[in-house]
Amino acid sequence: MVTNVTSFGRSGLADWVVQRVSAVILAAYTLFLVFWFLQQADVQYTQWVALFESTGMRIFSLLALLSLVAHAWVGVWTITTDYLTPLSLGKAATAVRFVVQCACMVALFVYLVWGIDILWGN
Amino acid sequence: MLTVSIYRYNPETDSAPYMQDVQVDTGGKDLMVLDVLELLKGQDESIAYRRSCREGVCGSDGMNMNGKNGLACITPLSETVKKNKLVLRPLPGLPVVRDLVVDMSIFYKQYEKIKPYLINDNPAPAIERLQSPEEREKLDGLYECILCACCSTACPSFWWNPDKFIGPSGLLQAYRFLADSRDDATQERLAELDDPFSVFRCRGIMNCVSVCPKGLNPTRAIGHIREMLIQRAT
Repeated sequence: MVTNVTSFGRSGLADWVVQRVSAVILAAYTLFLVFWFLQQADVQYTQWVALFESTGMRIFSLLALLSLVAHAWVGVWTITTDYLTPLSLGKAATAVRFVVQCACMVALFVYLVWGIDILWGN
Repeated sequence: MLTVSIYRYNPETDSAPYMQDVQVDTGGKDLMVLDVLELLKGQDESIAYRRSCREGVCGSDGMNMNGKNGLACITPLSETVKKNKLVLRPLPGLPVVRDLVVDMSIFYKQYEKIKPYLINDNPAPAIERLQSPEEREKLDGLYECILCACCSTACPSFWWNPDKFIGPSGLLQAYRFLADSRDDATQERLAELDDPFSVFRCRGIMNCVSVCPKGLNPTRAIGHIREMLIQRAT
């Protein structure tokens, strides 16, 4: 058993499930937007605003946003623990890895709040 | 004449590893790579490599031949040589002791972690613990592993985290004991594997399957472990 405190769900299985489920949600959201664009003859600001007026679309968008954040955290965490290790960076590895992980976590949090603000703000 | 480019490193005399090109007369025969190494050893006895059974059973002569891991003793030249050139390197990702000999300590450490023995606290029956033919069948494709390390050293996840990711070989063995009807420690074994590294560093790229000299499928075994973890946790 390898312990860790910086992975998304603390358990390998939880991270794995989150990664898969969020991928399906993101794929569904992407496909939905692609079909929506294909259906519109001419996309103007008004159509775009109208689409996001509905509560369903906002929930779907928030779901996709949360999925994106979770998916990115699992993925970036994996990349940092693969490549920012003592094998490649020597003694500085732990400090570098921790700082990069924290920076990514803060960035993802900012994107999340910013996204919620775009969807529900005035 | 076959050109063999062989990785040479003697830490006592060399400051860095280097590739040495040697010409070998194979007599036009489709020799095994190990036979070529024996011919080389005849020319230069300082070349170091491991070998024992020379028939793909002991797993000693795992090495990287023209970029692909395998056992030198059961790899014919016709299968690996391209443009009359054979490049021999030690198994990637492990510290080199000398020439083609690698230090396999960390590989064995991962094997040790999965407790590669039957755990059963019930009193032993008078004769032996019996299995039905169906139960025994579940071990096929698992017990044949000879621990040559060709798979684990072909796996990037093992290269990056050899101290945390158990690796395809260890995980194949982990499933061999999870699948064994005579083993009682399934829950304890699964609990040990449910972290982000031990099993889940596998990204399913299947390098292990493509190099296994015994034709085994560690990726499938890892999939079974994942299924067992999901069944246990959802």
